[in-house]
Amino acid sequence: MTLAIDVQDLSKSFGALRAVDRVSIQIEEGHITGFLGPNGSGKTTTLRMLCGLLTPDSGHGTVLRLPFPGEADAIKRQTGYMTQRFSLYEDLSIAENLAFVARIYGLDDVPGRVDGSLEKLGLTKRRNQLAGHLSGGWKQRLALAAAVIHEPKLLLLDEPTAGVDPQARRDFWDEIHRLAEGGITVLVSTHYMDEAERCHDIAYISSGTLIARGTGEQVIAQSGLVTFEASGPRADRLATEITGKPGVEMVAPFGAALHVSGTDRTSLEKAIEPVRREPWRWTEVEPSLEDVFIQLMRKQSGSVARKAA
Amino acid sequence: MGLSLSRIVAILSKEFTQLVRDRLTYAMIIGIPVIQLLLFGYAINSDPRHLPTAVLVQDNGQFSRSVIGALERSNYFDIRYAARSPAEMDELIGRGAVQFAITIPGDFTRRVVRRDNPQILVEADASDPAATGGAVAALLQLPSYALMHDLEGPVARSSAGGASPFEIVVQRRYNPESITSYNIVPGLVATILTMTLVMITSLAMTRETERGTMEMLLSTPVRPLEVMIGKLTPYVLVGILQAAMIMVLARLLFGVPAEGGWTALAIGMFLFIIGSLSLGFLISTVARNQLQAMQMSFFYFLPSILLSGFLFPFRGMPVWAQWVGTTLPVTHMLRVVRGSMLKGVGIAEALPSLGALSLFVLIVAGIAMKQYRTTLD
Repeated sequence: MTLAIDVQDLSKSFGALRAVDRVSIQIEEGHITGFLGPNGSGKTTTLRMLCGLLTPDSGHGTVLRLPFPGEADAIKRQTGYMTQRFSLYEDLSIAENLAFVARIYGLDDVPGRVDGSLEKLGLTKRRNQLAGHLSGGWKQRLALAAAVIHEPKLLLLDEPTAGVDPQARRDFWDEIHRLAEGGITVLVSTHYMDEAERCHDIAYISSGTLIARGTGEQVIAQSGLVTFEASGPRADRLATEITGKPGVEMVAPFGAALHVSGTDRTSLEKAIEPVRREPWRWTEVEPSLEDVFIQLMRKQSGSVARKAA
Repeated sequence: MGLSLSRIVAILSKEFTQLVRDRLTYAMIIGIPVIQLLLFGYAINSDPRHLPTAVLVQDNGQFSRSVIGALERSNYFDIRYAARSPAEMDELIGRGAVQFAITIPGDFTRRVVRRDNPQILVEADASDPAATGGAVAALLQLPSYALMHDLEGPVARSSAGGASPFEIVVQRRYNPESITSYNIVPGLVATILTMTLVMITSLAMTRETERGTMEMLLSTPVRPLEVMIGKLTPYVLVGILQAAMIMVLARLLFGVPAEGGWTALAIGMFLFIIGSLSLGFLISTVARNQLQAMQMSFFYFLPSILLSGFLFPFRGMPVWAQWVGTTLPVTHMLRVVRGSMLKGVGIAEALPSLGALSLFVLIVAGIAMKQYRTTLD
């Protein structure tokens, strides 16, 4: 197993705020790793440090087998980074943007690469259209094309599909998988559960600390979460009754169904006992990633609250 | 459709909250009037005194000493140089070291005694008519009182009879007709150039930050110097084009003289353009958005117009204001451009100004490069 990213004790503070706190992370070459966590948990800061946009306060290791952060410039050359916000020039055309990025990286045969890139994107006919006139989905695909025009070995994507329609998101992810098959390592931050499930493995960060790591199944198994699903007429209305009972850590409606989760099976079963009757049907289900993440999020904010108190 | 007071109050209180949080706007609201008040109140003086003067005294008599004494007592003239030859006088006035060169001829005392009505030659650097106006007016009064206490007996009686014991001949050099536009229009070359260039470049970088393209740029291997050269070169061309346009129009519309000194002008112009662009670049590395960049530029424009000698005579300002003016590139560029268009002076005379401009470029570009971050820290 070769590691594309192998860094230890990565930390970064902004004033009094510790945005990233001693994060150690290993990412296998050719893997797509989903980077998850609530807003403000340190995902963007971590990605920016990895691609040299921010200088870490501490932390060392290797990225693409180059010493990190010492060789930040060499790492930059082999890394593609796609920002959360569209960061190409809206007043340049699609082809001009691609050519600009290709030249900045000092690539040979710029016109050839631009043509190739346009063809892959299916934008050859619209090459002279201004980038600012593209729809959200197309903007993201153009940004991805620009981020990989220099054939990087590592691709860092910061919430690339935020605000993009499902079809465009699917196309985008197909492209990411194609890139990974070609050997690129991808670290992608996201809030979408379906996207997390499309990743080879997952890293979950909260309040600057990495708190879960592994494949989706591993993360679910590690959580030790037991989930019951209630279905039947307006089962979601049971939420008010169950919430707050001992053993119930999480109650989440899924349409007309209700997910009730906790880590202690006995007290959880006791809690749902009064309503475990007709007309509702209760079944134990495998917790979804979302259940696990929400539980992780609550656990973390609980411990933060305790720390603060 | 009625107006709702509560809606107006909502907008109003939101506006106040935003205003109080925007410190630079705050600084502008307080700072601009205070700066203007101080500058207009203390620094600007349209009747400057203590103007540097050179004298060439070829006469050893007591009357010439009295005339010099009277000149000094008038407060308009500050005699800094005693030249030994007309050539030295020329050089002093040419490079702008003095505003006036006063020559007292060899037989002055003797001719006063003989009631021969001798002449004192006053050469004034009239490239800025405003700077010399008051002094010239004072000069013309001089013959009637300068020798009041010296003249006794028959000589005095004759002067009391009405005719002055001597005459003053004023020669306005470089702008003999005292045409204000000859002074202002070349000055515009400097001020217009710096205003447009500082503004354009200060916006050019902040636009990248504001639109988020800076983040993409920083994630690539591009170096600060590469960004700076690449970003500024187009504007150097813009600057040259602008300068040429203003000068051609100055010539065609106002008939402003173009005496020569083209090498000094070209070097000065180049340094000045680079300096202005570097300053804009520096502003853009500090400003967080385009509005801030504009506001910061404004704080530079204000002294550039008021303290550089563009609108008001530089020598009329108190020493502190002259020091502030000396740090501004516009001040030096004004001297170069007026020197060449009105006086036709060469490199040697322009050297101090060119040196100051080079220093400005080095310092500002240096700070800008240091300020430019290759990261988002």
